Amino acid sequence: MKSLIFRTASTYLLPLMLLFSIFILLRGHYLPGGGFVGGLMAAIAFLIHSFAFGLKETKEIIKINPGYLMPIGLVLAVGSGMVPLFVNDPFLTGLWFEEPFRFIGMVGSALFFDIGVYLVVIGATLTIMFSITESV
Amino acid sequence: MSLQEYFNLIIVPILGISVILVFIRFIKGPSLADRVIALDMLILISICIIAVYSIVYHQSTFLDIAMLFALIAFLSTTAYAFYLEKRERK
Repeated sequence: MKSLIFRTASTYLLPLMLLFSIFILLRGHYLPGGGFVGGLMAAIAFLIHSFAFGLKETKEIIKINPGYLMPIGLVLAVGSGMVPLFVNDPFLTGLWFEEPFRFIGMVGSALFFDIGVYLVVIGATLTIMFSITESV
Repeated sequence: MSLQEYFNLIIVPILGISVILVFIRFIKGPSLADRVIALDMLILISICIIAVYSIVYHQSTFLDIAMLFALIAFLSTTAYAFYLEKRERK
């Protein structure tokens, strides 16, 4: 779109919205948020950039094909579910580190599951929206 | 009149009436652009309703939902504008 205001705003919106999506992802265990909403936010950030500058420039920022994010995220989610099997707990049991990490808080296998969901949602949403934009 | 009564008796009815008026424009709207703006307006009013709800029930986390909703509304409006512009160029 040839609008100077929209272009200038979108360059500032992209890093801000990515930061906010990561904040929502990390907060998601005890408060509203989580992998799905965070992934949706990140996908919206890239979409606004693609509306302002065109699909080509956005694909240069993302570097890898968004379709590849889906298997990576699924492997991460299933892998975090498999980890408790090694210590003789049922599948998908939450395992937690004893001490909270600085800035992040408590880290456990649920966080890695959420990161997997985050990657799958980004990949699926961007694949759908990019193919729609290309076909219009 | 307390703040609670003010919200329940004045603010919420005003928002409700405006939802009905905007919805009439959404159904009637002669052109597609009118409908897009009416949809944007509906989402803005619902953001106001979420804000009132979060004040009345002392739940600050609902404001994040309102913020997310505003972002999605902005995206949908720009997407509609983008596709309308593309269609007219053809």
